[in-house]
Amino acid sequence: MTADFLVEMKQITKRFPGVLANDRVDLQVKRGEILALLGENGSGKSTLMSILSGLYRPDAGEIYVEGRKVTFKSPREAIDAGIGMVHQHFKQVDTFSVAENIILGSKEAKFLLKAGKVEKEIEELSRGYGLQVDPTAKIWQLSIAERQRVEIVKMLYRGSKLLILDEPTAVLTPQEARELFQVIRQMTARGQSIILITHKLNEVMEVADRVTVLRSGVAVATRERQQVNQRELARLMMGQDIIVPSKKNPGQFGQEVLKLESATADSDSRRPGLKDISLTVRQGEILGIAGIAGNGRRELAEVIAGLRPLSKGKILIGGKDVTNLSPLEIIEEGVSYIPEDRLGSGLVPNLGAVDNLILKEYRRPGLGRGPFINRRKAGEFAARLIQDVGVKVTGLEVPVKKLSGGNLQRLLLARELASSPKVIVAVYPVRGLDIAASEAVHKMLLEQRSKGAAIVLISEDLEELLKLSDHIGVLYKGRLMGILPVEEAEPEKIGLMMLGAQPGEVMAS
Amino acid sequence: MIRLERRSAPSPAGMVLIPLTAIFLALLTGAVFLYINGLGSPKGISWGQVLAVYTGMLDGAFGSGYGLSETIVKAIPLMLCGLGVSIAFRMQLWNIGAEGQFYMGAFAAAWVALSFPDLPACVMLPAMVLTGMLCGGLWGLIPAVPRAYLGVNETITTLMLNYVAILWVNYLVFGPWKDPQGMNFPLSKPFTPAAVLPTLGNSRVHLGLAFALVLAVALWIALRQSRWGYEVTVIGESPRAARYAGMNITKNILLVMFFSGAIAGLAGMAEVSAIAQRMQQGLSPGYGYTAIIVAWLAKLNPFAILLVSFLLGALQVGGYSVQSSGVPAAIVFMIQGALLFFVLGGEFFNRYKIVCTGKTKMEV
Ligand SMILES: Nc1ncnc2c1ncn2[C@@H]1O[C@H](COP(=O)(O)OP(=O)(O)OP(=O)(O)O)[C@@H](O)[C@H]1O
Ligand SMILES: [Mg+2]
Repeated sequence: MTADFLVEMKQITKRFPGVLANDRVDLQVKRGEILALLGENGSGKSTLMSILSGLYRPDAGEIYVEGRKVTFKSPREAIDAGIGMVHQHFKQVDTFSVAENIILGSKEAKFLLKAGKVEKEIEELSRGYGLQVDPTAKIWQLSIAERQRVEIVKMLYRGSKLLILDEPTAVLTPQEARELFQVIRQMTARGQSIILITHKLNEVMEVADRVTVLRSGVAVATRERQQVNQRELARLMMGQDIIVPSKKNPGQFGQEVLKLESATADSDSRRPGLKDISLTVRQGEILGIAGIAGNGRRELAEVIAGLRPLSKGKILIGGKDVTNLSPLEIIEEGVSYIPEDRLGSGLVPNLGAVDNLILKEYRRPGLGRGPFINRRKAGEFAARLIQDVGVKVTGLEVPVKKLSGGNLQRLLLARELASSPKVIVAVYPVRGLDIAASEAVHKMLLEQRSKGAAIVLISEDLEELLKLSDHIGVLYKGRLMGILPVEEAEPEKIGLMMLGAQPGEVMAS
Repeated sequence: MIRLERRSAPSPAGMVLIPLTAIFLALLTGAVFLYINGLGSPKGISWGQVLAVYTGMLDGAFGSGYGLSETIVKAIPLMLCGLGVSIAFRMQLWNIGAEGQFYMGAFAAAWVALSFPDLPACVMLPAMVLTGMLCGGLWGLIPAVPRAYLGVNETITTLMLNYVAILWVNYLVFGPWKDPQGMNFPLSKPFTPAAVLPTLGNSRVHLGLAFALVLAVALWIALRQSRWGYEVTVIGESPRAARYAGMNITKNILLVMFFSGAIAGLAGMAEVSAIAQRMQQGLSPGYGYTAIIVAWLAKLNPFAILLVSFLLGALQVGGYSVQSSGVPAAIVFMIQGALLFFVLGGEFFNRYKIVCTGKTKMEV
């Protein structure tokens, strides 16, 4: 019976030029349940949910809400029907307050905003669901996790009955993810339905009531959580068993490549910046950096990439002093940087794959002569990289912002690793990637390690750090609390150091 | 109920239909204005007479060899200024100072012509081109410096410098440069023949046309094929990605604003040398501002800039030619303004479509 379900999608098909993103997909959501939508990168999860939330229109298929057939022509209509979506890359107006962002574009935003009243409503609403947000704070003051909460509150404020979250944990630390799960569980207790898009099996097992699995645009199965295990889900999702994780061979360290001596730098906002960081990374060594967000991880990466000036101290690459050289000079010293925000600084969203792949290569003589770029050679160069890392692109000139999250990251990695860098700075390199893609990225990093690159790996995922690193350093309030060989880095010890303990104290206790 | 819906991709038919519709609507707006205005006749005029004004304009702009050559004469400064501002726009630098850069280019060229009247043409003209471009370029560079180093918004500074440039030229032609034999008109002495750009046959179409054509081709190649054009595109799209990739944004802001100003300066040089043949007040009827409309209508494509300049040149010449029959001069600016309005409005329909709730759908 149709009316059993809050929302039902039937035989949904959506084609983009060159790809069938959704192929006759059926999906049902019950009232008050958490449905996980599981699938690899590019399997069509975001597309399917963009259809449900009125952003795209299906080429074929029907949608029913509470038994009635609907066709949404805009996200506004979907919200009116109680369906709200928090996108993977959501947009907010930085200089507006939380309350202003929430009512922006809603029916309430008529001519005069009754700010006080709205703020109070928002506060009550967010308190009710345990989503702490300060309605008067400006967006730019908030962390990513807080911004995400704003987006959720926005949908609740507009009366959504079904909340779609597109890979919400991709931008969160494990702690923040756990908090989010608590919140959504509370929300279902109050009758909300949730669709959680993810490619992480453990998340499905942790919060979902049911799970629908997408593979290459096809809904291959829907299961009750109690009746599946991770192994079966992996098989459904990938069409094969869980991949054997890549193994690290014992380190073969060569000469010192990257050296920081008492590096000190300011940060943009109230955060502490970097204080007195000294470290060395040798050829063939991976130095993992752990730390809670806001303790200097990003600043450290930017300092090494030459994007943030040092106020004190030195940086040496291969013995050469490169302190406060321009980003270009640093690139020419052989430093590759995989930044945290791919679409913001790593890639140019409106340009195609070719233009993005030559972003660092265009100066080199291989791609042209004199002041000119040889477009044909650039195309060949791009095609080769794309093939090497297996990026799925629908066309070399299609703006890269249309690629799925996983493909974006592969594109970026392909470019950054293509130049056989001496130093690699990778920030959350597998964030948002599915298991297979994460494995591929890890393999690529380990390959670079065997080739003798010095790698700084910044991650919030302790498991990833322990798996790949030779040494692990911990940042706390802009200071390096210590660097341990990975054999001595027990998770508890690292955890305490992330909260400010010295390695010595940890051992004593 | 009528509502808007976002298109997943701009419709190809729209690319052609929208400019055509915009032109039609702009002309229609002008027609309504003319009808209401009544050309000063107390009984008003009929729609037939309005149409006659338009055919008169067409005839004035294209109907004779003279009209056609005048259309090209008006188009040349628009082409050059339009090409100039388009480079800056591509990098999201809102240079609306082409008017001032035009005047400074004209000033520098005139200075050469007036200070060294004995130079032969083969030295005189290149010297005028170089100083004109240099001075226009420097005028573009002045607002670029605070923009590049301090982030000062260039929209206001470029605009303000237009007034400075115009007043400076006025000061010269009312004061030190005034021609003693000029019956007190704000004019300089006429240039020697060596300082006048060669023209085509005995029309007024001058070498500036060749400058514009060569520049359009050069720009087109530079933007698509050169490393510099690639940098400009990336910086325009995402300054953060550009910085990350090691591009020198500061240098490019300075360079682009210099080039942008230099090309407008070249327009000023060509105009003062070939058309005015002396420095004078009101050398430009707002070419630098119309060039902004040109660049937008042409979507920054160099060849489209040539075409659009030609059409707007025709509009101006046609407008002049019907003024004797009582048509107000402002009609030209009005149609230009309406054109920009409808093209920008049309952009909107290229991205959204109107949907009538019910079964019917109107695709624009
Ligand atoms: N607007 C678009 N234009 C063209 N192709 C698109 C567009 N949006 C998505 N695609 C393509 O459709 C396919 C499915 O993409 P989708 O974003 O739905 O994947 P996803 O499951 O959300 O992946 P991820 O986990 O990486 O976010 C991909 O091949 C993608 O490149
Ligand atoms: Mg997605």
